[in-house]
Amino acid sequence: MATLEIHDLHVSVEAENGPRDILKGVDLTVKQGETHAIMGPNGSGKSTLAYSLAGHPKYTITSGTVTLDGEDVLEMSVDERARAGVFLAMQYPVEVPGVSVSNFLRTSATAIRGEAPKLRTWVKEVKSAMEQLQMDPAFAERNVNEGFSGGEKKRHEILQLELLKPKIAILDETDSGLDVDALRQVSEGVNRVRETGEVGTLLITHYTRILRYIKPDFVHVFSNGRIVESGGAELADKLENEGYEAYQTKGGVTA
Amino acid sequence: MAENTPAGSTTDGAIQVGGPKQPIDARVSAPASYDVADFPVPHGREEEWRFTPLERLRGLHDGTAVADGGVKVEVKAPEGVTVETVGRDDARVGSSGKPVDRVAAQAYSSFEKASVVSVPKETVLTEPVRITVHGEGGVAFGHQVIEIGAFAEAVVVIDHTGDATLAANVEYLIGDGAKLTVVSVQDWDDSAVHVAQHTALVGRDATFKSVIVTFGGDLVRLHPRVVYGAPGGEAELYGLYFTDAGQHQEHRLFVDHDTPHCRSNVAYKGALQGKDAHAVWIGDVLIRAAAEGTDTYELNRNLVLTDGARVDSVPNLEIETGEIVGAGHASATGRFDDEQLFYLMARGIPADEARRLVVRGFFAELVQQIGVADVEERLLTKIEAELGASVA
Repeated sequence: MATLEIHDLHVSVEAENGPRDILKGVDLTVKQGETHAIMGPNGSGKSTLAYSLAGHPKYTITSGTVTLDGEDVLEMSVDERARAGVFLAMQYPVEVPGVSVSNFLRTSATAIRGEAPKLRTWVKEVKSAMEQLQMDPAFAERNVNEGFSGGEKKRHEILQLELLKPKIAILDETDSGLDVDALRQVSEGVNRVRETGEVGTLLITHYTRILRYIKPDFVHVFSNGRIVESGGAELADKLENEGYEAYQTKGGVTA
Repeated sequence: MAENTPAGSTTDGAIQVGGPKQPIDARVSAPASYDVADFPVPHGREEEWRFTPLERLRGLHDGTAVADGGVKVEVKAPEGVTVETVGRDDARVGSSGKPVDRVAAQAYSSFEKASVVSVPKETVLTEPVRITVHGEGGVAFGHQVIEIGAFAEAVVVIDHTGDATLAANVEYLIGDGAKLTVVSVQDWDDSAVHVAQHTALVGRDATFKSVIVTFGGDLVRLHPRVVYGAPGGEAELYGLYFTDAGQHQEHRLFVDHDTPHCRSNVAYKGALQGKDAHAVWIGDVLIRAAAEGTDTYELNRNLVLTDGARVDSVPNLEIETGEIVGAGHASATGRFDDEQLFYLMARGIPADEARRLVVRGFFAELVQQIGVADVEERLLTKIEAELGASVA
């Protein structure tokens, strides 16, 4: 069973006046089949955790370890991490000029699976995944994220999640900017992947709204660069009612 | 595509409609002429020279370059095509129009023999005419005429390789109802200097398609021009360039709509990488008062792959009559940046493949326009090689 283990992770970014510490000792274990929600106020370091795990060059790991089934993730390049089974659904997916969605998906599936998917089954696979996400087939011929609406971008991220079948899926604020219908469709996509029992999900969110559709096994409150409280789904209800104030009393959180 | 413009780049295009002004063609420092003496030696401030590093022209612009016959031209033509070498007095030479700048006039004033390729009327070629221009390190002034008779159809591939300092004029005389596709490949060694004016005279209901593919050279400056001899003409001008470190590749287009009911479509795309890679694209389209029913569009896209490259992209559209079907232009320069690379890599795609994916995708629609399989193949191989060099 795939297990992602994060131990005492410290991360900094280069700021105007030298490096700034963002993550200050994160400990978390995510196993295949589990869903962990990470909730916290803006600026608490949630997204930094997501991007650090995926290997974004902007973030420097100053100490700690991250392993996937015992393999050192931090030693891997960005593409190696993806091929090892780490997937990050991004909050702000970037436009890639000149590359169509269909070409992108196939190139990516080929890289992740280690061989090019058979064309006939692949076409069907993509078509049915797109239908389930209520995506127009014409979407496949558009350039990646170019001129996509907020909802289209998030659907496209979840489409990739469904096709690439990672071991660990990190969803960074996938709910932000979605209307209720889009949120439901995107959540259903995530749930289809979860139901396979083969993915460990790290759901990063500011709001509890998405947790009505995606039921977490564990909820962690993130504040000032670390997990300050962990619990079951009931912790989300507490946050819904009380907000994050209780966790913001110390530690100089900045937006 | 992100409309972010790399530092130091320009996209200061303009649309002018009516009003008092200097026509596009009159902004240059001297009127068109066959005689080099009619043009002052450029100093770099002139509108038509301001982007060109004159010191790298090896004297083509100031009269100090002297021909020493270092360029070999070979023509392989299918049956039915006439290939001639003619003197300066041949009536076809210079018939498409005059040189418009000093280097083109220098070439015109200096060449000794012109090469003329003629496709007789109503002849439809099934194989391309292949012209190879191979530089052997010398200075040369060239003149090429390609003449397509009425209702004939031909594809001509002009392939430039080797090292040379070449100034040339190429004329396309396209008969009524004829169809000519020309693919000009600039696959020079990195030391070559190539300056040329291409002038197409498009006949009644004729179709001219030009595909310019520029990879090599230290300095390449091409000036494709289209004039219409009669109504109903159509011109499609496509271009691809891959500008590497230290290269200057300049494409200046001029479409002169002086005849009613003609169409033009321009699409040029370039990728740049490396320090001091410099691409210049000037797209001048003039719709004169007489040219009612004109339909024109021009587009330039640039993809900057690394820091240190510079693009100057200047579309100019000048309209003297409102009685047209359409007129438009677009120019955008975008960067292939670290965030795009991260996104693709985060989907398992290795860095070099990510870059290849983006560049191939960027050029795809234009590569398809070439329509000559071996040239398309070579182009794609070339792109791979260029990208390989950038990753290394």
